[in-house]
Order: sequence, then C-alpha cells, then structure tokens
Amino acid sequence: MHRNELGVWIAVAVVLAGLTVPWFLWGSATVVAGLPVWLWWHVGWMGLASVVFWVFAQRAWGIGIESTDDDGSSERRVGGPGRTREPRTGGDSP
Amino acid sequence: MRAVTLQLSIIVGYLLLALAVGLVAYRLTERTAEDFYLASRTLGTVVLLFTTFATLLSAFTFFAGPNIAYAQGPEWILVMGLMDGIIFAILWYVIGYKQWLLGQQYGYVTLGEMLGDRFGSRWLRGLVAAISLLWLFPYVMLQQVGAGTALEALTDGAVSYELGAGLITVFMILYVVAAGMRGVAWTDTLQGAFMLVTTWVALLWVLATVGGPSAATAALASSSDTAEFLSLGSSYYTPQWILSTAITIGFGVAMFPQVNQRFFAAGSKTVLKRSFALWPILCVLLFVPSFLLGAWAAGLEVAVPEGANVLPLILDAYTPTWFAALVIAGAMAAMMSSSDSMLLSGSSYFTRDLYRPFVDRSLSDSREGLLARGGVAIFATAAFVASLFQPATLFDLGNAAFSGFAQLALPVLLALYWRKITRAGITAGILASQGFYMASLFVAAVPGSYAGWSAGLVGMGLGLLITVAVSLVTSPAADEQRAIYFDGLGAD
Repeated sequence: MHRNELGVWIAVAVVLAGLTVPWFLWGSATVVAGLPVWLWWHVGWMGLASVVFWVFAQRAWGIGIESTDDDGSSERRVGGPGRTREPRTGGDSP
Repeated sequence: MRAVTLQLSIIVGYLLLALAVGLVAYRLTERTAEDFYLASRTLGTVVLLFTTFATLLSAFTFFAGPNIAYAQGPEWILVMGLMDGIIFAILWYVIGYKQWLLGQQYGYVTLGEMLGDRFGSRWLRGLVAAISLLWLFPYVMLQQVGAGTALEALTDGAVSYELGAGLITVFMILYVVAAGMRGVAWTDTLQGAFMLVTTWVALLWVLATVGGPSAATAALASSSDTAEFLSLGSSYYTPQWILSTAITIGFGVAMFPQVNQRFFAAGSKTVLKRSFALWPILCVLLFVPSFLLGAWAAGLEVAVPEGANVLPLILDAYTPTWFAALVIAGAMAAMMSSSDSMLLSGSSYFTRDLYRPFVDRSLSDSREGLLARGGVAIFATAAFVASLFQPATLFDLGNAAFSGFAQLALPVLLALYWRKITRAGITAGILASQGFYMASLFVAAVPGSYAGWSAGLVGMGLGLLITVAVSLVTSPAADEQRAIYFDGLGAD
C-alpha cells in the first residue's frame, strides 16, 4: 500500500518534470492572445504543478522519508541512532 | 545629472534600509552560532520562501537571463521553469525535508556536518566544505564584480568600480555581522517582494506603450532576425541543452551552501509544505515578465551594445527615468541579497567544518559565533580584493559554480536514501565527479560536451556510478552510523 503510493507519487513527479517543456509542440510558432502556445502551456503546467504539490503536501507529505509504523515492523521508532536494522520499504529513488 | 543623483539616492536609500532592517533583527539576535547561522530554525513561510527566492534568482533574473532571451528567444523561460519551478521544488522535498528533519533531530547546521556525522569522518566533512568554498568564493566575487560594474555604468563613472564594490561590501559586512541569518532573511524578503512588483509594473508599462502583447509579439514575428524566436526550439535551444542545463543547475542549486542551509532554517513542517506548493507559481510570476521583456526588446529593436544589459535599456526606452532607476536599484540590491547569504553560509562552512574539526575542537558556542562574524568580514574582504584583480581562473570557476555544486548532489542523495552507501563510496564519488568536472573546465583533452550533453551532467552520472560501485565493493567503516538517516525520523 505504502509502496504503491510512493510509486504513484514518483511517477507523478516524473510526468510533471517531463512535460514542463511541451516537447510535442516542438517547432510550433502558433500565437494565441499575444503569446506562443508553448508558453501558455508552460504557464498552465506550472499552475497545475503548484496544485499537485499542494495536494501532495496535504495528503502524502512525509512519504519515503518519515519512519512509519504501518509496514509491518512495528518497533520503528524504538531503535535509536547507531543501531542498524533491516532495510525498510520506502525511500525516494534519487 | 539629475538621473544620476536620483539613482544614487535610491541605491543609498536601499543600503540604509537594509542596514536598518539588520539593526532591528539584531535586537532579536542571540549570541549563539545556531541563531547567527539559522535564526534558531524559526523562519516562517513568507520569509523562507522569499529569502530562498531572492538569494537564488536575483541578479540573473534581471541581467543575464533577459540578455539570453534577447539574443536567443524566450525558451529560456522553460529552462528556468523546469530547473527552479519543478526540479528544485522536488528536491526541496526529497533533500530539503529530510535535511530539515535531521537538523531538528541532531542539530546540524551545515551539509558537511550532517555527512560527517553519518559517515563518522571529519575528513569527509572538511572535504565537502572545502569543495563548496572552492566554488562559492569565486561566485561571491562575481557578484561583487557585477555590482561594482553596474554601479559604475549607472552613474556614468561618477562612482568608480572600486568605490562601488567596496561600498556594497562594507554595507553587507555590517548587516550580516550584526544580524546574521535573521537580518539576511528579512532584507531578502523585502527585496523579493520589491523585485516581483517592479518587474510586473515594468512589463505592463512597456506593453501599454507598445500596444499590448499582440503588438509586441507581432513585432518579433515581422523581423527576419527574430521570427524564429516564436517557434519552440532552435539550434541554441536543443533538447539536450535544455535538459542538461535544467538538470545540472536545478541539482546545483540544492547544493549551493546558502540554499542548502535554508533547508535547516524552516520554522516548521507547515512552512516547508507551503513554500513547496507556492514555488512553481512564484517562479512563473518572476521569469515570464522579466524574460519576455528581454525577448520583446529584440523585436522592438532596442539596440544593446556589446557588454551592456538589455533590461535597463528597454526600460530607458519605454518608461520614465525614475522608474528605470528604481528597477536598476532593485537589481543591485538583488545582487547584494545573493552575496550576503553566501557570505553567511561560507563563513559557517569555514568555522564549523574546517576550523572547529581541524584547528580548535574545543571551540565554545559563543566563541564560534564571534569567529563566524569575523569569518564573514574576512570572506567578504578577500572576495572584494580578488575582484580588484579579476583573475581569469576565478571567473571560470564562478561561472561554472552551479554545475560544480551539482556534482555533490547525487552522492548526497544516495547518502540520504540508500543504506548500503559507505564512506569510501561517497568519498570516491565526490572526488571523481569533481575531478572530472574540473578537468572538463581546465584540461583541453577533456571535452565539455558529449553528443550535446554537458560535462556537468556527465559528471553527475559518473559520480553516481562510482559512489554505487565503490560502496558495493567496500564494507562500512566501524564508526559509520548507518541508521541515523532512517530511524525515528519525523516521529511527531
């Protein structure tokens, strides 16, 4: 569950970054309301990114970073610094 | 002459305002190093957002960015949006939030300190600080060169380069030494708001004069030199170039000491969340008007002589003198807002990661605060003196600073998220990527571009590979604390 959710958010991040530049409009010079269409796309996309970031901050903040107790190993918060433990699920891919 | 007096009054007025803000902040300042560097980790949303923003984007947004848009077209907006609005925002969470949690838990103030603790190595700590200072020092010097040159041009030589750069250096030392992070953050907030407002007023003013965006864009399309600007992509803006630039600078930004250190300074989780969500909007709000002005200037046939900046010239052509002076004063102030933060961070890297571990381990907290203030003055003065000689090597280093810092990003990310990384692995990864990137700058045999991809990006990949490979074949040293980045984090 936790892991799936993390995967979804990583995919969202990749898509957000991937389409910031509208590659499908490469070479297009169509102008709408005084600005190139590709620039309108970019402005709208950044607005969308902001909304997505806000939703992420409300619903999933901490995923991949904070220690959680819902993935089977319940004593997550007991171990202090210096003690090694099993690798856990989670952790953002770099 | 009247214009010069007006411009000087505005600049001196700004300097005095910054000093006044610094003095107000000084009254709240405690004598500890943590307060000096990080304002005791109390920054709120608006202040954190704008101080990061003003620190990061200032001088470039006003001068170099519009110049590129003027010469090559407005696609640069997309590059900036991707690198700062998206990539840096994601790193804000992936690196920033994790660093913030670690800072809360273990009291870290610098990146080197955080890594040195995890890997049980003061040498790694010193290495990260030394590499950071190597890229930071020339970058500070470039800001001083920029400010001194702009002041000299603005006043038609009435204020010489030496006097202008010297004056700005002295003012910066005064308020940074007095008020530390709190003073810097507050002045940055003023500047960030000021930059946003003046850029939009400038855009609307110019558009009102030329007859709206359609007329300005039509002028761009009708000239044979600039007709290509409107179509996405060009021989300059290739996909490889756009991606190389956005990725290296986006990752480089997150490792710049003054930006990275702000990850530790947020007051709460809510502050980080809000800043994260607002970041793309803020980037669009500033980049679109400022770079469009640069691009439109090409169609409006604003002539830009060699070495001059386009933004002051288009303002000169379409807005009254006092307004143009105000915007340029804002740009000067913006350069200072980058430099003051870098001085503070540079000083903290030096005192905490080099002086304390290698010279005087028993340094007390209040003594460290004093030393840090001295460090600011020495760092600023040294950069100023270097700027008087303008050595070519330092210029090359300063211009390459973003890519240089980007070389640190992937080893640091691995350290934060991959349990199998070892001290030998991260050290080898950092040394190899830095070595490779330096060689691409200074050794003729190492090319700067690989099938269109920049050496900065290739170096990042190299650092990643070597960190992973060496970590897999070595075992961790006995004093590494492999779990501290993972256990008990974010426990509310």
